[in-house]
Amino acid sequence: MTIDWYPLWNSLRIAAISCVLVFFLGIFFAYYAAKLPRLVKGVLDVILTLPMVLPPTVCGYFLLLVFGMKRPLGIFLLQYGIKFVMTWYGGILAASVVAFPLMYRTARGAFESFDQTLAYSGQTLGLSNTYIFWRIRMPACRQGILAGTVLAFARALGEYGATSMLIGYTPGRTATISTTVYQLWRTNDEAGAFFWVMVNLAISTVVLLTVNMLESRQKKAVKA
Amino acid sequence: MSLLVDIHRDLGGFVLDAAFEAENGITCLLGSSGCGKSFTLKCIAGIEKPDRGHIELDGVVLFDSEKHINLPPQKRQVGYLFQNYALFPNMTVRQNILCGLNREKDRTAKERRLQEMLRLMRLEGLENHKPSQLSGGQQQRVALARILVNDPRMLMLDEPFSALDTHLRDSLKIELRDMLLSYGREVLMVTHSRDEAYNMSSRIAVMDSGRLLCMKPTKELFANPGNTSAAILTGCKNIIAAKKLGPHEVEVPDWGICLQTQEEVRDGLTAIGIRAHYFNPSTARNRFPVTYLEEMEEPFEVILQFRYTGQAPGSSPVWWRINKEKRPQQFPAELGIAPANILLLYDRAPETTS
Repeated sequence: MTIDWYPLWNSLRIAAISCVLVFFLGIFFAYYAAKLPRLVKGVLDVILTLPMVLPPTVCGYFLLLVFGMKRPLGIFLLQYGIKFVMTWYGGILAASVVAFPLMYRTARGAFESFDQTLAYSGQTLGLSNTYIFWRIRMPACRQGILAGTVLAFARALGEYGATSMLIGYTPGRTATISTTVYQLWRTNDEAGAFFWVMVNLAISTVVLLTVNMLESRQKKAVKA
Repeated sequence: MSLLVDIHRDLGGFVLDAAFEAENGITCLLGSSGCGKSFTLKCIAGIEKPDRGHIELDGVVLFDSEKHINLPPQKRQVGYLFQNYALFPNMTVRQNILCGLNREKDRTAKERRLQEMLRLMRLEGLENHKPSQLSGGQQQRVALARILVNDPRMLMLDEPFSALDTHLRDSLKIELRDMLLSYGREVLMVTHSRDEAYNMSSRIAVMDSGRLLCMKPTKELFANPGNTSAAILTGCKNIIAAKKLGPHEVEVPDWGICLQTQEEVRDGLTAIGIRAHYFNPSTARNRFPVTYLEEMEEPFEVILQFRYTGQAPGSSPVWWRINKEKRPQQFPAELGIAPANILLLYDRAPETTS
């Protein structure tokens, strides 16, 4: 039996790229949302968190509303050769939208518990705000940010609903692990479905083990 | 070296209005918690922004609402020692102090100044420790080292001893005072402790619910607080409403007595204060019969609560504090107060009228 490894490769690249995107976007919004006036913050917070509580298929529906081939934005982007529908990189869009709230919320929680006097004292010492952000705030919040990143990665890797709506399932082109599992199951290929389930399980386990290892190493470093 | 502050800020229900001028030496902002002391420091540092006002340090305008000047904290060069010291937890002692040297670009000079400061602050051998591994006193020295090495034009300390154990406090007070005096620049310190204010400062500004009430040399403030808030903050235990009777006489209706004073009584007197130490059984002046209520023992002193025989029911008892060795076997039936020991308090800020 020859195995087509495309779904693994495709899932990993979609998850990895979305994870990087969501990492920076999540931190950016978490940091700046805290500085906005309360009312604007409340509204923005709801919009940014919605994808977490909506069914992923609903997210996919909205994405199609915006990026669909008959929609203004979809037509506009096509002029530049960009097409999010039925392409593998459309999967990045779907996974990012669904994984974003996880990063945003955990990063925001971490930033909120950050001791603001550390930033103030850095400022009075003449340190630039960029330095304070990357060298003082981020390290102090690294636990929460790391947790958010891992959650976002895991969520992006397992994304099914929005992905299947937006990019469908084309073997060798848009197939991901989760859509493959469904397709194989639907076509009575139980062994194939089981195989991909195990692959997914293995990746998720490795990711979680890595995080636990990093955390315990960090704790040891603090104690030493 | 001089600092000029005149700031106003409306925080909704709390209005901060502080205007003062400070020069070389240690100035203390004394006030109860939540009176706006720390907020004032933050405005000077540029962390908080007043609604309007003017802040000037050594002729350089740091903030002016009319001229739309508001220097960022990075450009103010004002040292700020936070209550919790605000050491960067992810960095070692060495890295923390190097943060204060960020303006020094020359690498050898940087290293030399770092080593000098480590020696001066007795931090040698702790270079590679994280803040969490240090004692409170060491943390304070690292925070000070980080600030001093940055060469600020003035220094602000926010409750510098509140994070320390009591037994450490006294020895560090002397150490810190000597260090600040040798530093030779304007120092502004915030505290709610009258002892710290008395120990450390040459001048005290009294703040109460967002307003700066008065500013006086330390000894003078304790000798003559001038208003009720200042009297309370300097630790006066007996403060009671009083009326002027004559140029050297006041009436205290709640105690049912009239007292002779040494200082001339001005119009507008609202209260008098008598420190708990100042009652004296052997003084002939202002002598009245008393009855004793409670006795509370402290390590070296005794507090006796008493009432004057003619005292109005419902009014608080009077506090008398004496050394244990001087505690009489038989409590005296009458207590006197020297006229010089009566503090005259005027609550419509007398400084502006005189």
